[in-house]
Amino acid sequence: MSDQLYQDKIVALAKAKTGAGKLAAPTKSARRDNPLCGDRVTIDVRLDGQGRIEEIAHQVRGCLLCQASASALASVAVGRDLAGITSVRHDAERAIGREQGEAAEPFSAFAPVAAHKARQECVLLPFEALKDALS
Amino acid sequence: MSFDVAAVRGQFPILSQIIDGRPIHYLDNGASAQTPNAVLDAVRAYETTGRANVLRGVHRLAERATDAYENARVEVANFLGAPPMEIVFTGGCTAAINLVAYSYGSLLKPGDRILLSELEHHSNIVPWQLLRSRAGIEIDMIPVTVDGRIDLEKLPRLLTARTKLISLAHVSNVTGAVVDVGAVVAAAKSVGAKVMLDGAQRAPHGPLDLPSLGVDFYVFAGHKAYGPNGVGVLWAKAELLDAMPPFMGGGSMIGRVTFAETTWAPPPRRFEAGTPPIGPAIGLGAACKWMRALDWTGAHAHEMTMVQHLMDGLQKIDGARIFGPAGLQNRYPVVSFMLDGVHPHDVAQTLDSFGVAVRAGHHCAQPLMDRFDLDGTTRVSMAPYNNGGDIDALLTGVRHAARTLR
Repeated sequence: MSDQLYQDKIVALAKAKTGAGKLAAPTKSARRDNPLCGDRVTIDVRLDGQGRIEEIAHQVRGCLLCQASASALASVAVGRDLAGITSVRHDAERAIGREQGEAAEPFSAFAPVAAHKARQECVLLPFEALKDALS
Repeated sequence: MSFDVAAVRGQFPILSQIIDGRPIHYLDNGASAQTPNAVLDAVRAYETTGRANVLRGVHRLAERATDAYENARVEVANFLGAPPMEIVFTGGCTAAINLVAYSYGSLLKPGDRILLSELEHHSNIVPWQLLRSRAGIEIDMIPVTVDGRIDLEKLPRLLTARTKLISLAHVSNVTGAVVDVGAVVAAAKSVGAKVMLDGAQRAPHGPLDLPSLGVDFYVFAGHKAYGPNGVGVLWAKAELLDAMPPFMGGGSMIGRVTFAETTWAPPPRRFEAGTPPIGPAIGLGAACKWMRALDWTGAHAHEMTMVQHLMDGLQKIDGARIFGPAGLQNRYPVVSFMLDGVHPHDVAQTLDSFGVAVRAGHHCAQPLMDRFDLDGTTRVSMAPYNNGGDIDALLTGVRHAARTLR
């Protein structure tokens, strides 16, 4: 049931809007659209010399799941490079049931999305945008 | 006598289902309508008593199949007020528009112009862009008013001597607004342009009289008009079909084939290459017959009562805004709205938990969304079998989303 989809943890992540906005001078930016639903995520990052994220900001024109995911991602992104973000993505994939195993915080909040296949791309869209920004 | 919604609803077996302990409140008819017993019975009769290919066989099942298929053409023709030989069965509404864009489009010259509107479904934009790439035609666009109608005041200055076709949604799949066909046809005639209407959202709301509308092409989808998936209709005036080359080549659409030369069958067969969607066409014929038997004066009044009920209920919800005509005039029962602070997909997902099916997003009308800087809308699209209980369930769900998601 969808009522169980919008659990407090997901709503809280979306409302926290961690990292929401733009960077004044990003090292890299990337935008990803989901052509099926129209969700759009733009991510700015400032990187150090080793490709690690020093600062991150995101603009989401999308649903609550996409907003919550971008917020969760921004909360753990600083200090990570592409490999580190890929590792975090596994947590999101575990949470939504696409991979086996336990998902770490904050992504465990997305467990209810496992039962809603059509909405899983909403959770992963910010990861796609960040991957593009780091690639 | 008042419109008997329960009697209509009772003809749609899917609507009596209980899912997760809740009845279905199906308000996504603009995407796909449900199917009455009359259609299910017709398709089942074909599949169980007359399944065979059409036209070529001499055996009894082939004759039954051919008769049923051609009778379906007659039913569709009666529904549209047109001669059967002007009815072409296609794979869908999109396929019908592509047929016109390809076939009629091949008669156009570089620099000829097609006029569309800003609220068109992608299926009435992209085929013309493909034609533009192939043939060097130009595309013009009629803007939309703030209440989601095609702004016909802008029409005269967008028409040129090179405008060959105006192709518009008869009813918007986003706002429910119906276009003033008379004004469009009169303007088109002034420059010698043809008019095509995309009737996908109009056909499910009752029979048409195409000759009196004065248009040249009309298309609609079977599955939105209570028929099966996989079938659509192109209607065009006989002289236009006669002048148009085939869209696809194959069996059934030929006169005589040699390796040196092939001649084409006359319309409509010229445009029905290969084995057509026989069962779906038979089902669509039954749907057209079913629609012709319905009391549409009563059904329309009932639909507008639901629209008013919906608009009154939304007005009482903080941050709910209707996108489209605010009144009941010149509209059909498709209503889009936004709920401030809640994305349309989250509204739709919440509604699903109340047993309410709606559509959310850009509705394949991204240029319209861009024009109004919208992420999307939540769309409520009704049919005669919907009732006040469906709207009440929807309003309860929207209130819940407003309370919990922002």
